[in-house]
This record gives sequence, C-alpha cells and structure tokens, in this order.
Amino acid sequence: MKLAGFLLLVAGWAIVVAAVALLPSAGARAGFVLAGIATELFGLALAVRSHLVLSAEGE
Amino acid sequence: MTPFVVPSPFLPPFSEVSAVLCLLLILLVPFAGVGLALINTGLGRARSAAHSMLSALCVTAVAALVYVVVGFAWQGVAGRPDHAVLIAGKAWGWIAAEPFFLRGLRLDLSPSALIVLLQMFSVGLAGIIPLSSGADRWRLGAICASTALLAGFTYPLFAHWVWGGGWLAQLGVNCGLGRGFVDGGGSSTIQVVGGVTALSITWILGPRRGKFSAEGMPAAVPGHNAVLVLLGCGLAWMGWMALNSAGAMLFLSAEPGRVVLIAINTTLCAASSGLAAAVVTRIRFARPDASLTANGWIAGLVASSAAAACVKPAASMIVGGVAGILVVWVSDSLEFQFAIDDPGGAVSVHAVGGLWGVLAVALLADVGPSGQWLAQLVGVATLLGFVLPLTYGLNWLLDRVYRQRVSRDGELQGMDLFELGAGAYPEFDIHGDEFLQR
Repeated sequence: MKLAGFLLLVAGWAIVVAAVALLPSAGARAGFVLAGIATELFGLALAVRSHLVLSAEGE
Repeated sequence: MTPFVVPSPFLPPFSEVSAVLCLLLILLVPFAGVGLALINTGLGRARSAAHSMLSALCVTAVAALVYVVVGFAWQGVAGRPDHAVLIAGKAWGWIAAEPFFLRGLRLDLSPSALIVLLQMFSVGLAGIIPLSSGADRWRLGAICASTALLAGFTYPLFAHWVWGGGWLAQLGVNCGLGRGFVDGGGSSTIQVVGGVTALSITWILGPRRGKFSAEGMPAAVPGHNAVLVLLGCGLAWMGWMALNSAGAMLFLSAEPGRVVLIAINTTLCAASSGLAAAVVTRIRFARPDASLTANGWIAGLVASSAAAACVKPAASMIVGGVAGILVVWVSDSLEFQFAIDDPGGAVSVHAVGGLWGVLAVALLADVGPSGQWLAQLVGVATLLGFVLPLTYGLNWLLDRVYRQRVSRDGELQGMDLFELGAGAYPEFDIHGDEFLQR
C-alpha cells in the first residue's frame, strides 16, 4: 500500500507536467492539472494510511 | 500596487547600494536557523537538549560544505547554462551545468555570488527543519548523512527549477502561466522541501517509544523549555525579515525600497498567525498554548516567505491568520488521526504553512498576467508528487545502509548521554518517563 501511495504521487505529478507541457487549451490544461493534484492527494492519503497500519503493527 | 515580480531568465542588474544592502540582509539570515534550533531544542526532551543544538550546528556545517562542493553545481543561477529538455519546441531547464566547488564564479558583490551566500544559509535552514520531527531518536551520523543528501541533491534540484531559471520559473514564458512559479523568500524551496523531508523522517523513524498506547492514543510529551522556544521565535523573526527581503531582491528583482514593505508584511503575517493560534488554542483548551502559539508564529513566517513581496499589508494579515488556524488543526490531526509523532511540529508548520504561502500568492498577490494560480498549483503538485517521493526514497535507502534510529537503550538513556556522553544540564535532575504510557 505504501508503494502504491508513492506511485500515485509520482503519477499525479506526471499528469500535471504532461498537461502543462502538451495541452494547448487553457481549460483542458487546468482540468488535467486539477486531476493530477487529486491523484496526488489520493496517493498521499494511501501513504499516510499505510504508515498508520505499520505503526499499529509496531505497537 | 505595481506588479514587480518577474520570471527569472536573467539575474537583475544590481547597483552597488543594492548589493551592499542585500549583503547585509543575507548576513542576518542565520538568525532564522538559530531561532529554529532553539525552538526545536525547547520543544524536545531535556535529556536530548545538547544533542539537538549540536545537531543543528552539524547540519549547518554539512549543508554549507556539501552545497559548495556539489549543490550549487546542480542549482546554478538564472541566465547561466543548464541542461534542458526540449518539449514542444521549448526548452525546459531541469538541472544546472555549473562546475563543482564554485569554480569559475566571481565571488564579489555580484548577484551570483550573493545568491551563493544566501543559498549556503538557506540550505542549512532547510536541513534544520527535519531535526524537530526526529527529536529524541535520530542519530547524529544519520542526521549528517541525510543533510548531505538534502543539500547535495534534493534542495538544489528543486531550487534550480524555481530560482535558477528552471522549468517552474519558465512556466510564464513557455506556457503563458502568469509570471511562472513565484516564491521570493523560499516558502517552497526552503520550507516545504524541509517540511516534506521532516514527514519522511517521521515515517522512517517511527514514533518515540511510549508516545502512542496500544489503542493508538497519543501521550503528551511536553517540551522542556518554553523560554527557549519563545526566544527562538524572536530570533527567527529577525532572520526571516532578512531572508524574505534578500530573496525578493535576488529572485524577484525587488527594488531596495521594497524591503520596508516586505518587513512589514513578514511581521504582520507572523503576528496574525501567532495570535490566531493563541486564540484557537484558548478556545479549544481554555488557555493559550505556548508551544502551539510559537508554532503559529513560525507558520506565519513560513507562509510570508512566498507572499511578503507581492501582497498588500491587509492581505498578509489574511495569509498569517489562515496559517495560524491551519497549524493548530493540522498538528492535532497528524497526532490523533494519523499517528505521526512530530515533536516540534515541522510538518504542520513548514510543509503545510509553506504550501499555504505558495497558494496565497495565487489567491492574494498582484502579480500581473492571468494563469498565475495554475503556475502556483503546478509548483505545489511538484512538491507533493516529486520532492516528497524523492526525499522519502533517498532517506529510506540511507536507512537501509545506515540505520537512522537510535537503539532502544539510547532512547531510554537520552540522546545526550548515549551519543555525546554528557547532558546539557548536568547540575539538574532530569525527569524520567513518568508521563509516558507503558
């Protein structure tokens, strides 16, 4: 789960960079940037959750 | 207000007066690091106080050395050669191409030399931030190694993108997004980079022994010296005014006269943030909490770094007020909901406060062409989606080859006695663990 979280973080960033670099229209660009950030937030939540589980197992 | 921030394809021309003023400001920046070191120490345990201060000194030393040897070569300055990728016919600079050891750089009152000096201090400041999250359990050797990774690679890479004419700075020219990513004082480059490193360190080290019960309930581990913490706030305030002013002059082409506005905005931001944190803790706990109020003060300074040069005074009060509320809420959430043991609040203060500062530029600053909000969002996305995984990965690898957490004996004995052989307060009784859960 931790690895998946970090992969989603990187994937979200890749979406953002690709949108900014490749899309010409402002609307599509903004939409994809927001989608990329949403992906990152999902990845961050997953990473946080995985460390929560690890902490509980450690206790 | 006249928009004055500019993308940074080239360094601004400096008059001698501007250069001397900038130099004097830069020489005050280390006070910010001293302030943070005192805050970290005061919020930690008495039995690790000497270790905490020594760690800050070692971090500053390692960061300065590594940055001069390799860091600046990756960061560079705007307008000098860098490695770029061509995408859709436009150059996206991703890493500088300077020689190691500052070779070929004229070290005088030129903007390039002033940037090197400022960055030597800034990278040390970024390195001190994670110390508070690893307090009472992070080995000194590991701290130095982790700082070397930060100063040698993570920090310079991202700083090149923002301050060295890299692709984030060029978003305005290449993609028409406002004036590109704007952050004069380092809310992102210094604070968030340090803050996400702190988050990585808390995850890798795990919580302090006894911090969480079997049911996951956190114990309050009080800081040992509130006076140090509050003194640190005062010193940090002075250092931050200098940092924000020097950064704006070097990276946003601010005129020397802007320093007054920047100092006013920095102070207003810290003041409103500290007071907001005091009021929120007063409402929640019936008394204002000294450590959270201090953290609120610092979060205001952190948020001011990006915005101080390009917002009006009234807007800086809003920036600070929101930062103060955020820091209390996020500190609580990290501890109670996410079991993150961050003794000094580095994640909530520096990572969250810095991200808010970057977004505040998009919301409240007058920076000219439209699309600025998207440029700031791209910067935030890069911090979360690139810098966080990078810093976590590097520190995770380091932990595999050199264990970062001290042994159980070391933690019980205290970092001072275990790693240094002597405590910070040899003439006083040091309290045991009576307030921890067993």
